Amino acid sequence: METALAHDAHVTHHREGFIRHYVFSLDHKMIGKQYYFVTLFMAMVGGALAMLMRAHLGWPDRGILDPETYLQAATMHGTVMIFFFLTSILTGAFGNFLIPLMIGAPDMAFPVLNMMSFWTFVPSVLVLLASFFVPGGPAGNGWTSYAPLSAVPQASPASGLGQTLWLVAILILMISALFGSLNFLTTIINMRARGLSMGRLPLTIWGIFITAILALLSFPVLMAALTMLLMDRVAGTSFFVPANLLIGGTLVHHSGGEPLLWQHLFWFFGHPEVYILILTPMGIVSDVISTFSRKPIFGYKAMILSLAAIGFLSFLVWGHHMFVSGMNPILGATFTISTMIIAIPSAIKTFNWLTTLWQGRTRFTTALLFAVAFVSLFVTGGLSGIFLAASPVDLYFHDTYFVVAHFHFVMAAAALFAIFAGTYYWFPKMFGRMMNERLGKIHFVLTFLGIYGTFFPMHFLGTNGMSRRLYTPNFYPFLSQVQPLDVFISICAFGLGAAQLIFIYNFFATILRGPKAERNPWEANTLEWTADSPPPHGNWPEPPVVHRWPYDYSVPGAAEDYIPQTVPASPAYAGGHGGGGGES
Amino acid sequence: MPTELIEKLKPVVGGPGRPGGGGRSDDNGARSGGGPTPASMATMGMAFALAAIAMLFVAFTTTYLGHHQDETWATLPLPGVLWVDTAVLLASSAALEWGRRQARRGHAVAFRRGITAAWGLGLVFLAGQLVAWRQFVHLGIYLSSNPHSSFFYLLTGAHGVHLLVGLVALGMILPRAWATFPPFRSTAVEVTTLYWHFLTGLWLYLFVMLFWL
Amino acid sequence: MQPQSGVRDERRAGFWAGILFLFILVAGVVSFIVARYHWWLQPLASVQGRVIDEYFYAILVATAIGFVAPHIFLAVALMRYTARGKERAAHWHEHLGAELTWTLVPGAAFIFLGILGVFTWSRLYSAPPANAQVVEVTGRQFFWYIRYPGPDGKLARTDPTLVSQSNPLGLDPNDPATKTNLVVTNELHLVVDRPVEVRIRSIDVIHSFFLPNFRVKQDAVPGRTVDIWFTPDKPGSYQIACAQLCGVGHYTMRGNVTVQSQDAFDQWLQQQAAH
Repeated sequence: METALAHDAHVTHHREGFIRHYVFSLDHKMIGKQYYFVTLFMAMVGGALAMLMRAHLGWPDRGILDPETYLQAATMHGTVMIFFFLTSILTGAFGNFLIPLMIGAPDMAFPVLNMMSFWTFVPSVLVLLASFFVPGGPAGNGWTSYAPLSAVPQASPASGLGQTLWLVAILILMISALFGSLNFLTTIINMRARGLSMGRLPLTIWGIFITAILALLSFPVLMAALTMLLMDRVAGTSFFVPANLLIGGTLVHHSGGEPLLWQHLFWFFGHPEVYILILTPMGIVSDVISTFSRKPIFGYKAMILSLAAIGFLSFLVWGHHMFVSGMNPILGATFTISTMIIAIPSAIKTFNWLTTLWQGRTRFTTALLFAVAFVSLFVTGGLSGIFLAASPVDLYFHDTYFVVAHFHFVMAAAALFAIFAGTYYWFPKMFGRMMNERLGKIHFVLTFLGIYGTFFPMHFLGTNGMSRRLYTPNFYPFLSQVQPLDVFISICAFGLGAAQLIFIYNFFATILRGPKAERNPWEANTLEWTADSPPPHGNWPEPPVVHRWPYDYSVPGAAEDYIPQTVPASPAYAGGHGGGGGES
Repeated sequence: MPTELIEKLKPVVGGPGRPGGGGRSDDNGARSGGGPTPASMATMGMAFALAAIAMLFVAFTTTYLGHHQDETWATLPLPGVLWVDTAVLLASSAALEWGRRQARRGHAVAFRRGITAAWGLGLVFLAGQLVAWRQFVHLGIYLSSNPHSSFFYLLTGAHGVHLLVGLVALGMILPRAWATFPPFRSTAVEVTTLYWHFLTGLWLYLFVMLFWL
Repeated sequence: MQPQSGVRDERRAGFWAGILFLFILVAGVVSFIVARYHWWLQPLASVQGRVIDEYFYAILVATAIGFVAPHIFLAVALMRYTARGKERAAHWHEHLGAELTWTLVPGAAFIFLGILGVFTWSRLYSAPPANAQVVEVTGRQFFWYIRYPGPDGKLARTDPTLVSQSNPLGLDPNDPATKTNLVVTNELHLVVDRPVEVRIRSIDVIHSFFLPNFRVKQDAVPGRTVDIWFTPDKPGSYQIACAQLCGVGHYTMRGNVTVQSQDAFDQWLQQQAAH
């Protein structure tokens, strides 16, 4: 009642036009939703490209695609999925929507900057999509865009204007992302509600927080690399192009560049980037599992320390992408060690998730199913990573489908599942309605099976020695037996793609006419569940005050099996505690 | 726009929006002491932005050092105008800093002078950069001539672009400075000054690196 | 779920969830067994490859445990601990002993594997023996130049400034060895049981010299020469694959490797030189 009145008063106060409310919104929730819709669209673009690739790869002799188009599809699939889907949905959509709500703030520290961040994101999307329509088509040199292939337009028809636009689009995206990161960090540090120390933050926010630090420090390095590559392409410089190259039969006029420098810069960004893509999902999974097990997350402090350790170590492992690059072999040894070490905090987190489930009282919602499946997918993906970390073994597996299997499991599977878990979980808060659980479960089962069916066999394409980015394996007799495996993968991929239509339908149909959601449909503890579904402008009429950590589930002696963070401590709640050193 | 920014921050930050006081769950939440202000948050945001810009130039530096061993590396002549330019930028930082402090003490006239001088000197600095570029071109030293020259144009260009952004920001503060002091909110000035000093320091670093390393 | 009005009983859901994870476990193991017979590591043909394969199998054992155990645990946890009526979950959430155990044990395992890797790696990158055959492989869109020394065993000097359309390898005409060096395309002949030092170059973009059967891979980077060495120990015919995207024809960049006796090799070289 109170909130509705306050909301009405607020609305009459602030008669925003359509443009201000829906287009140039300063409200973090609207911006978060704007990001969600655009990234969802980009996911569909990336998914369509994947379907195209698999349609070809299952039956390469049919020639559905020609070699150049295939490489362009592969390049844009990777680019769209990594930059414009995963990175942008985790930070732009979930980060924006959740941070103020989970820390008890009315909005971000810099709402105008937030709006600018989204409206910088949109041009980057448009530039990238434009590259599909220019002469020569989009870039086709892999999402990793190694020089000199990508630096010298004569080196490939896929190194034309599309490649230049690719560089420009990502440069713009990086600026948008940096605006976001500094906003997130400033907000989380300064605008937490009274009583909400860093040691009482939900792990979702910890994940986003450390992600933002990683982004701040690694994205500018990519921007430096992109700028220099751009200049090599259009301004005749030779940052990455050596002298005296004979490309396409003609001598190229460059002087003394070094291709390995591109790789060092790219991967110095690239490795933190992939941890950027997994840290927030780890946080989301922790919160979702805890909520639906009705049990505190096991080892909260260790979880935070692990997130921080992974974040820190992520800057020290980039060379494991370059074991065969020609860099000094001594570096190969050091990067093997550092990469093995970064596996340790990941293992800790896995054990903690498993332990959280033990002796819980699990409620099998769609969100929970996706979160638990994340653990399976992350385990599988992490294990294949061990082979790749071991440099002598990487000699065989580098640039084969073994790598493709590995990164799809950790990114396209695990991170994606956390995004699904987060979507099903926070949908009521975002849109004020409940997604259909039956459809959700069907979506889950089909997607889980489809993911394993599509990507697990790729490990075996790798053990068989099949290189990445091959238009067809048919030129190599040693690969003559892979065809049936490729067909199996493609069929599973089609099923996986089709299953996503169930989600799309559920998502949009619910927005239009789904059942209304209560304020706290999941009986969860974190602050966003004390606001309306959806929350009004400013989120709460009065800022909430926090008295406990987020994981007081099944506290012995308590009346309910959950105690929201805003409930004051009292002798009746014997088990409630701060859950961690309270430093602000 | 800076004032609008502050106006927008007010409903967001105003009220008992203090950071969590931490501690045990039995606390009743009452905490004393200063919470974050729009100015302190803006300063923190700017500090994060500067960290990012620093990483950009760290990346450029490592690539620069990576190319240092090239056979085609050539020494660059040092155009005299760049000494002048350095002095100009230092002067503009000094002027801005002085103006900022005067603003805090409420000295309107001094503040206006300082910030206007800083802006003008910044403009002169950029002009000086262009003069240096033109001198190089006259000497036949282009962007693609050799790795050293490539870095010269790239680094001075990247620095110049960032300074231009600062110039735009200062330029938006100028009309306000001349119109409404006192009372004049200084958050924009604080933050822009921090940015400006960073760019001055960055210039000194690049100047040394390009010509003495 | 909505705040309960009825009695919650999730046992069926838990059961099927557990079955799902068990299915994944079984499918993973079965597919692995099938793959072992159809899509496994290429037949081994080098001395170095043996240590790599042993290391691979050590990791495989560890990862097999790492795959099976969590999935069994998940299945059991999901089936056993379902929401039921008003039952409460346990509340414990810290255990230093457990945390330390599963930090130190995996930590020790990973570091052990890492150190094993470092030792293996340094053996692979040790200096080649004195009697090694020398050959130069240069990647080009989309084939491999292979250059053999003549009877004097010397590879002629190359100079990047000499690279031209007619001299793609940049051979120095003043070096007498240039006349006796033999350059062929896509045919790499090696002598069985004799170490071979391969100098890897590229004249245009980055390629990667991949010999699956020998467990050899090295990027061919323009602007530098990278040396590797290995010892083939099984006669036969094998392939070179390109393992770094190098342009539109990347998928066609196949070479042939023949491992033969010293006599057969000498004969072949003479025949090639005669043309």
